[in-house]
Amino acid sequence: MLKLALQRLGYMAVTLLMVSVVTFVIIQLPPGDYADSYAAKKAQAGVSMTRQDVEDLRHTLGLDRPLQEQYVRWMSRILLHGDLGYSWEWRRPVADVIGERLPLTLVLAFSTLIFMYAVGLPIGIYSAVRQYSIGDHVFSGLGYIGLAIPNFLFAIIFMYLGQQWFGQSVGGLFSPQFEDAPWSWAKLWDMLLHLWIPVIVLGTSGTAYLVRSMRAALLDELDKMYVVAARAGGLSPMRLLFKYPVRMALNPLVSTLGWRLTYVISGAPIVGYVMALPDTGPLFLHSLMNQDMQMAGAMVFIFCALTILGTFVSDLLLALLDPRIKMA
Amino acid sequence: MTSPAIILRPRSAKLRRPDVATQWQLIWRRFRRHRLALTGVVIIALLVIMGLFAEILAPYGPSERNPRYVSGPPMMLHMFDAEGGFHFRPFVYGRKIVRDSVTLRPMAVVDESVRWPVAFFVRGQEYSFWGLFRTEIHLFGTEAGFVHLFGTDDIGRDVFSRNLFAARISLSVGLIGVAVAFVLGTVIGGIAGYFGGLVDNLIMRLIEFIRSVPTLPLWLALSAALPRDWSALQVYVAITLILALIGWTWLARTVRSKLLALREEEFVMAARLSGCSDARIIGRHLLPSFASYLIVDLTISFPEILLAETALSFLGLGLREPVESWGVMLYAAQNIRAIAHMPWLLIPGLFVILAVLAFNFAGDGLRDAADPYAK
Repeated sequence: MLKLALQRLGYMAVTLLMVSVVTFVIIQLPPGDYADSYAAKKAQAGVSMTRQDVEDLRHTLGLDRPLQEQYVRWMSRILLHGDLGYSWEWRRPVADVIGERLPLTLVLAFSTLIFMYAVGLPIGIYSAVRQYSIGDHVFSGLGYIGLAIPNFLFAIIFMYLGQQWFGQSVGGLFSPQFEDAPWSWAKLWDMLLHLWIPVIVLGTSGTAYLVRSMRAALLDELDKMYVVAARAGGLSPMRLLFKYPVRMALNPLVSTLGWRLTYVISGAPIVGYVMALPDTGPLFLHSLMNQDMQMAGAMVFIFCALTILGTFVSDLLLALLDPRIKMA
Repeated sequence: MTSPAIILRPRSAKLRRPDVATQWQLIWRRFRRHRLALTGVVIIALLVIMGLFAEILAPYGPSERNPRYVSGPPMMLHMFDAEGGFHFRPFVYGRKIVRDSVTLRPMAVVDESVRWPVAFFVRGQEYSFWGLFRTEIHLFGTEAGFVHLFGTDDIGRDVFSRNLFAARISLSVGLIGVAVAFVLGTVIGGIAGYFGGLVDNLIMRLIEFIRSVPTLPLWLALSAALPRDWSALQVYVAITLILALIGWTWLARTVRSKLLALREEEFVMAARLSGCSDARIIGRHLLPSFASYLIVDLTISFPEILLAETALSFLGLGLREPVESWGVMLYAAQNIRAIAHMPWLLIPGLFVILAVLAFNFAGDGLRDAADPYAK
């Protein structure tokens, strides 16, 4: 177990390293660098910088050094000082801006994960046990549609219906009176009242996917001889179902928990943007649209790091669940 | 795998040649039984026709504006008029412009006293069909007045026509994306499966890595990094290539695992012993045996690319005007106020859902049919 954890930890470190390289490339991609955009910003404000000024700035910031050297400097700043760079759009360190909003993204992501498994697994079990029943067909149909609707469209439709039926905006995470209020129980309750909509929007396709996988996996298990034997032996149907086939069918679903998290994190920015949630989503898209790449890169890095962490946890979870899994 | 199935049908006492069905015939037989998948294929075919013949099918050009009907709601086709009289030719009621008594803004209201019959093959805006010939015949339209089945957008362009033109771009992005993914997947997967060992290990780790990072933010960041002064066409090509990077991983995995498994089959050994070259073995024996699996993977990765393009364009980071895809059209439906007043701007979203559903259905059917010998 310890060996497995260590191996996975090493793998995680390598992946993070690759992610950091990709992030660095993304930051470097747009033509021009920080010095150029700073000069452009200044020019807009009416202050013109000479070519020499720009060169000086570039030299002070180390932007004239070779790329690999810049990468090492960038990386060591993150590792040693937690310094993710400076957002020229917000005129603040990236870490500060993201730090304010990251907790809400985490809350949203984990609530969605819980929602997906809490809804998806029971429906999947039901659909497998009552295969070809009306309920099974209904859920399959809903699942197909849930998989096909892009979640940003789902968000728009939800908001449109909210507007039409309740005459109120369903965007945001807080009622207006709580928006800038300090945290309190009332505010927390208010957030929970708003949270369910983005959770459903974000979780529907994942839930549909879980239902399908659970149904398929459980159907395979139910066909096996040990189920027949246990039934013949007189084990009560419920006890039999949950003690053996369901447990077996759960394995692949737990092992892909990391992928589900990846999926949620992947969709979260767009849903957050469309529904105007005060999380990292709108922040991310704004930085992209303004090519504030320090900010955008840092967020890509954080999103990736989160999912890699999720994969790591799900690997360990699986090893706990299924003792047969050793070092594959 | 490639050995044909032999079905004996002793109809008469006379000896006759046994009926032989090829692998593809067997696949088709099994696929045909999957109703939903067939429906999916029909819908895909219809969408493709829509995209191919958009100029003819659409009553208006993609950027043709109707200043008399701006932000107008969809117009209903009628066969019966207000008095209950039946008309063989479908018609729409006329619209007349009145000024809102409060805001004094011009508004088009339904005028039931005027009927604009809808006719086939009417003359409209001139266009060049596929660059082959110039014509002004449109499949349907009105001689008098105008017909906007899905309404118009905020500058008076026909949403119905634009949807048809958008089908062309959206589907072509998916198609090119899938094609590039196909090449990447087969080559990289082929290398992994053929060489094995260290190369295989490295490629598999790379695939695992790509699958374990949240792709959408990554692609968003990549497309945001495109230079802003690129032309719409350059952006189109770049976005398509970026999207193709999503699809190839599944494909590469399939190719690799099938290659690894098939390499050890007896028929490969037999081919080798008969002196076939490596190229012939791969092209003539290995590839056909798993081509059906490749098609399944392609069908499944298509919706993924389509959805990613739609999301990118919807956010204004993907394609942009004057190139129009369903996602570009949805860009106008971004804020809740626009949708509250003009819900018909969401119609392109329905097309996206329809296309994704169709491909998912077809993919499911193909997956079942890909191995006609199973069960």
